[in-house]
Amino acid sequence: MAISRDDIEKVALLARIQVDDAQAAALEQDLGNILSLVDQLQAADTTGVEPMAHPLDAVQRLRPDEVTEGNQRERFQAIAPATEDGLYLVPKVIE
Amino acid sequence: MQWDIVIGLEIHVQLATKSKIFSGSSTAFGAEPNTQASAVDLAMPGTLPVPNEQAFRDAVMFGLAVNAEIGRRSVFERKNYFYPDLPKGYQTTQLAEPIVGPGHVDIELADGSSKRIRIHHAHLEEDAGKSLHEDFHGMSGIDLNRAGTPLIEVVTEPDMRSAEEAVAFAKKLHSLVTSLGICDGDMSQGSMRFDVNISLRPKGQDAYGTRTETKNLNSFRFMEQAIHHEVERQMDILESGGTIIQETRLYNGDRNESRSMRSKEEANDYRYFPCPDLLPVVLDEDYIESVRQRMPELPDARRARFKAQYGLNDYDASLLSADTSLANLFESTASHGKDAKLAANWILGEFSARLNSEEKKVAEAPVSGEHLGALVLRIADNTLSSSGAKKVFEALWSGEGHSVDAIIDAQGLKQVSDTGALEQIVDDVLAGMADQIAQYREADEKKRKKLMGGFMGPLMKASKGQGNPKLFTEILQRKLEG
Repeated sequence: MAISRDDIEKVALLARIQVDDAQAAALEQDLGNILSLVDQLQAADTTGVEPMAHPLDAVQRLRPDEVTEGNQRERFQAIAPATEDGLYLVPKVIE
Repeated sequence: MQWDIVIGLEIHVQLATKSKIFSGSSTAFGAEPNTQASAVDLAMPGTLPVPNEQAFRDAVMFGLAVNAEIGRRSVFERKNYFYPDLPKGYQTTQLAEPIVGPGHVDIELADGSSKRIRIHHAHLEEDAGKSLHEDFHGMSGIDLNRAGTPLIEVVTEPDMRSAEEAVAFAKKLHSLVTSLGICDGDMSQGSMRFDVNISLRPKGQDAYGTRTETKNLNSFRFMEQAIHHEVERQMDILESGGTIIQETRLYNGDRNESRSMRSKEEANDYRYFPCPDLLPVVLDEDYIESVRQRMPELPDARRARFKAQYGLNDYDASLLSADTSLANLFESTASHGKDAKLAANWILGEFSARLNSEEKKVAEAPVSGEHLGALVLRIADNTLSSSGAKKVFEALWSGEGHSVDAIIDAQGLKQVSDTGALEQIVDDVLAGMADQIAQYREADEKKRKKLMGGFMGPLMKASKGQGNPKLFTEILQRKLEG
């Protein structure tokens, strides 16, 4: 299965990755190869096989509802690029 | 043209757990920014989520309350999008295998009829943080205290046909989740938030029209206004020959206007996939049964019981049962005060009016069921007149006294119901009112009723306000007729 240049650009936009023309051409080739592999997998007969949600054949352990984490704001904010009044500052975003 | 309105709702219900859904951070409201955001909530590399058992218990309880199939196996997925209040770059949520499957809720409408609203499913997910766009030198401030707070998102089928039905459903759901104790129901703090999907279609047509989604409504009133607003907007477009664009809209309740947030073309492609950090959660029959055993009485059952056990009418029973704390107060009042109907009247009347005017919750009221019960007892046994009862209530509310009987004594509110004493007062007062008596006797039935007031004033005055007005009236009528 081939992947179009439009698909590459859309996926790059969704992933917020800037891709120039040369990179897009390479990605078109690489992702196309991956999709060919997927095509092969698709050809396998999966009648009666349940979709797998996780490779481990195990179930999730749950934890009791207890507050176990204290305030470590100082430590986290020490490695943040910008903070003020206890808030993390980021480039202005308004949708 | 006649239009059919088609409404479906998505409701985010914040669960009242102590800790977050995937971390041990506190969920308490109102803390200093980012003091309840741990390494997991901040998406620090190397951290792993561990789900909160209580969130599952709450979701299962909700599922049982809406007659739904419980997902014995549920799977978390990643919903990918970028926004600074979502540090991981994805929201952990459920899609294909949610914890709560199809169910239904019956709503009651103003005309007394009831209607079944189907629930498509409900899933567990995490809330995002908060973005503050005030001026931080041209930047936005991010508070991640709310990030990771457990939510259940309830998705209905498009079964509602008016704003009234949508609001009735929303209120019913609010009553349900607060009765179950899984949500504090405080809408002003965002504990319940509504997204409304609306479309119109010509009356009689089966196919749905194109819908819009109005997001993040946080009060019943705004929800109702937003629906009316959107229905009118769509109707105007359709009747002038236009077409509806499928889009997400934001409603501004203060201005009663809405604007487009994003259209379907710009809509995010969330690229859901199963979260590799979390295994499927499997709940067995014993677990579900143990939740069922601990379910409190639901509002509908309580309403039916209030009618059967206390002889309340449907209206009073439904008002009292919709709010658990009010229902508990009523039961406490009725058990202390014996007269259940009088208890209901006082709670829905004086007590509720006072709560509303002071914008208090039932739990914050300075008056308990024991107080109200004692008050009701003294009204029922004729110790208090209705005006005296109001004075006692006042004193209880303002904290001037804590015992109804002590307040009655201290303020001299005990009503005199000794007929001999009252008869004496009537005789004394009438002795000085010969003219008025003559006037009364000449008057017709209708006019007599009016003239009665002229006697009652002096009688109440002569008894220092303590004479039983009902007995006074009886004695007076007998004397005046004779």
